[in-house]
Formats: sequence, C-alpha cells, structure tokens
Amino acid sequence: MELLTEIVGPYWIQIFQHACIVAVSALGLNVIFGYTGLFSLGHAAFYGVGAYTAALLMKEFAGENGDAGFLVSQSVFLGSLLAGGGAAALMAWLVGLPVLRLTSDYLGVATLGFGVIMKVLFDNADAFLPQLGGARGMTGIPRMTSLPWVVLALTAAVLVVRNVVHSTYGRVLVAIREDEVAAGAMGIDTYRYKAIGFTLGCSFAGVAGGLYAHLYCFLHPSSFDFFKSFDLLMIVVLGGLGSMTGTLVASFGWIFLLEGLRVFLPPEYLEFRWVLIPVLLVVTMLLRPQGLFGVRELPFLRSRV
Amino acid sequence: MEYFLQQALNGLQLGLVYALIALGYTMVYGIVRLINFAHGDVFMVGSFLAYYAIERYALPLPAVFGAAVVGCAVLAVVIERVAYRPLRNAPRIASLITAIGVSLFLEYFTALNQLFGPNFRAFPRPFRVVSVQAGGIEFTNLLGIILAVTVVCLLALQHIVYRTRVGRGMRAVSYDHVTAGLMGVNVDAVISFTFGLGAAFAGVGGVLYGIAYPQIHTFMGIMPGLKAFTAAVLGGIGSVPGAVLGALIMGQSETMTAAYLSSTYRDGIAFLILIGVLLWKPTGILGSPRTEKV
Repeated sequence: MELLTEIVGPYWIQIFQHACIVAVSALGLNVIFGYTGLFSLGHAAFYGVGAYTAALLMKEFAGENGDAGFLVSQSVFLGSLLAGGGAAALMAWLVGLPVLRLTSDYLGVATLGFGVIMKVLFDNADAFLPQLGGARGMTGIPRMTSLPWVVLALTAAVLVVRNVVHSTYGRVLVAIREDEVAAGAMGIDTYRYKAIGFTLGCSFAGVAGGLYAHLYCFLHPSSFDFFKSFDLLMIVVLGGLGSMTGTLVASFGWIFLLEGLRVFLPPEYLEFRWVLIPVLLVVTMLLRPQGLFGVRELPFLRSRV
Repeated sequence: MEYFLQQALNGLQLGLVYALIALGYTMVYGIVRLINFAHGDVFMVGSFLAYYAIERYALPLPAVFGAAVVGCAVLAVVIERVAYRPLRNAPRIASLITAIGVSLFLEYFTALNQLFGPNFRAFPRPFRVVSVQAGGIEFTNLLGIILAVTVVCLLALQHIVYRTRVGRGMRAVSYDHVTAGLMGVNVDAVISFTFGLGAAFAGVGGVLYGIAYPQIHTFMGIMPGLKAFTAAVLGGIGSVPGAVLGALIMGQSETMTAAYLSSTYRDGIAFLILIGVLLWKPTGILGSPRTEKV
C-alpha cells in the first residue's frame, strides 16, 4: 500500500479514487438511461444529496477528526455511505412518482429542472441547517475515503449492476427502453419498473456522493450543478449506452484525461484544456455515434444464458 | 402597486429577450428534434460581435444588429454542418452530446486571450437611455426598443413560416422529413436555413441583452440559454407562440421572485413552475399532444 503510494504518488492515487467514484455514479446513470431508457439530466443532484447526507451524518456521529477509534469510525462511515445512498434513493422515488409519467425529452427537462432546484437548495442550505454551509461550502468533513473503500464500492456496484441487468428485472428494464408501449401490452407495470430503475440508479449516485465528500473533505454546491450531470451523461454515452464496460472505461478515461492534460500541457497552454476536450468529444461522437463500446461487454459482465 | 407594475415591466423586458432566444430552440427542436445546447453560446457570440461593432468600429445601431445577425447565422449553419448533420441518422442522443461539446467549445475557445478573453466587459450603450415617469412607474426607451424589435422579429418569422416557399419547406420537414424529401423539398437546405434563422434571432437577442444588462463575458449564454430553452418547453416546444408565452412567464417569474422573495431562489422558482406545468400538461402549455405508437 505504502509502496504503491511511493511509486505513483498520492496525487494520482487520489485521481484514481475519484475515477472509481465517478464510475460508481456513472454506472447508476447507465442503469437509468442506458438500460431503462429514462433520459435523466439531474444525476448530479442525487450525487449531491448523497454527499451532503453522508457528510452530515459522519460529522454528527464520528466527530470532526474521526477520532472515535478505527473500527467505530469505519463502521459509522459505512453507515453514512449507505444512508447517503438511501437518501438519494428516497429522493429519487419521491421525485420519480410524478416526474416518471413524462416521456423522452420532457423527462430530461424535468430532471434538469430538478437539478437546478437542488442546486438552489444546496446554495441556501445554511438557512435551515447551518452545518451544511450553503454557498460558502461545507468544511470539516473527516477524510475517510481510501483506496480499499473505493475499490470495494466499485466492485460492489459492478456486481450489482451485472446481476440486476441479467435478471428478470433487467430484462423488463431493457424491454421498457426498447418500447414502452409494447412492454405495457405484455403486461408489465412499466411505471413501477421505471421507478425501480430510476431509484436504483440514483442510489448509486448517493453512495458515490458520500465517497466523494470524504475524499476531498469539502463540499460546494457548484460540484453538483447541471454541468456535473452533463459530465456523467457524456461519460455514459461515450462509453456506450447499455455497456458496463464502456461506462467503466469512459469514467477512467474522462478523469485521467482531464487530469492528464493538466499535467502534460505546458502551463502557458493550460487554458486549451477545455478547448481540446470538447473537440475530442465531438470527434469521438462523430466517429462512433453508438459510443466506444456500443453494447459490447467484457466476458465476466456478459449474460451467462 | 407601483412597485409591482415596475417589476412587471422589468420582467417583460427580460421575457422579451428570452423570447428571442427561445425561438431558436423551438424552431430547431421542431424540425430536427434536437435540444441545441449550443444555442445559448451562439447568443453570447452575438453579444460579443455587437460589442466589437460598437466599441472598436463605432458602427451605427442597424449595422450592429446586422453584424450580430449575420455572424450568428453563419456560425449556426457551420455548427449544424459540422456537428449535427453527420449524425442525423444516428441515435438522437449522439447529436445531443455533440451539442454539449460544441457549447463547451464555444465557451472556452472564445475565452482564450487571442479571442474575446476571459474577462467581464462593459457593454457600451449605443444610445442614451431616457426614462419617462408616469403614475409612479418608470418607462425607458430601452424597453420600447426591445419591445419593438421583438415584435418586428416575430412578425418577420410569422411571414417567413407561413408566407414563403422556404417556410412551407420548414413546415413540411418538421412534419415528416423523409416524405418532405420525396416531395422535392431540399431537406438539408431547409434545416440549414432553420438553424441560421434561429441563430439570427439569438443574435438580435444578444445585442438587446448587451444593451439592457451591460456586462458580458463568454459564459453569459449558459443561464439565459437554459432559461430560454425552459421557456420553449414550458410553452410547448415546437410552437412559436408557445415559446413567446413561455419566455414571458419565465421573465415574470424570475423578476418577481427576485423582487418579493430573494434573488437566490430565482432559478429554483422558474424550474418549479416548469415541472408543475409539465405535470399538468406534459407537452407544455400550447404544445400539441403527440401520440406514441408501437
């Protein structure tokens, strides 16, 4: 462990952890958009709900420095992460109740609107809960996220998505994506299954948000605005909708490209970073409209049937 | 009461500018079913072209409008040709992603020092703002000009869509672009024209926005773009009167929230209204319901 940090440096370890977290969140969006076909432009809002919930609980129950003893603080952390995921899921279910009646682009616009509303709420959160910090940001979050935690979370996320997608539930979700009316005619309660897919995907975002909060130890509403939702959407589409492999590759590629350019571009050209990235994005999309991986998967992620 | 009416006028001014931007969103969506996220940035470019036309070349006002309109139209036609046309038969999400890409590119590329630069700039007023007091309410010539220009633009659009050959092509393509092509409509040309026309209105909006809210920077297009797009959806995307109605509602909701509640809740209330309206009428206020078939 120390040897690894020695070789690649703590900075790149942190970037790797961030990439794992983004991958967890993106896998959630892939369940929502890639497998169920629900156009969601508000994923970062659920990420934020998870982040704030987990950070608040952690500060409340483990103290600012997490000095409650190793085992206690780690178990409180696990509890906070799960609570973050649960809060995001609950929020998704409540929002989904009315919003999932909408279809295609209208659903996208409604979730985008939800994202903007949540950003406004995060900005004004200090009015009702001063610990959340509002527009000044939330500080004093203990640094709990470590390499084992993110790897564990990503592995769990991949396994859950794989098993759900290849289960009967997954088949139903894909059927809804392919044709909602036909799926309904086959006797599927499409609304219920859409709510299940949406809630499941958002709970991933919540857990990822909790990990993010305890990685950088600082939360700011601008980390959860609609641009971040767009980032996740780009990752999922670039990888290939309905491909777990694609989402994983695109998440790591995206984060390492962003950071890599920061390191490898000469300082006087640093502002060209965000000129190059959109160009790459557009060119990739023009060359591979179905995403890098299409719907292909690595062997261990394929259906065994 | 005076305060309320004054705020209503401010909201009207903002809403009219949103309406000009919303036209481009609604026309493009109506014809190719694409949420053109780059439209807000085309609007920004319009503002900057006007800025240079006034500040550096001291052009008269009509020429300022001309520069912004032509510049934006050309830009939009190029964007459509490069980033959207090759993907017209790909999954719809692909062109949405390139739209986001083009939007980011325009924002960061124009923010380079070699172009517009990353700083805020004060937009020079091309004419003096005169205000008249009547019944405790202040009317400015600025509002008059914005109102007049917007109405002229709307009449021109109405004329183009319903009284010209290319307008008939636009209606045909938006109805069914394959069949329209079979009937001899040059689909590519019509779509290019639609992008150009929408961007021309955004250019006009950019000039007016610069004059009315005289501080511009390369990221200024994001929020107005998002609001105008929301307005188009609110009114029923694809419908021109809907876009105008939606924009006026957005302008009022934003101004009234800032005036009576708190400006920090401004964006939230606007979107709350949007979600409420969508739940009540899923295709917007004036949108026609679309049936989904197997």
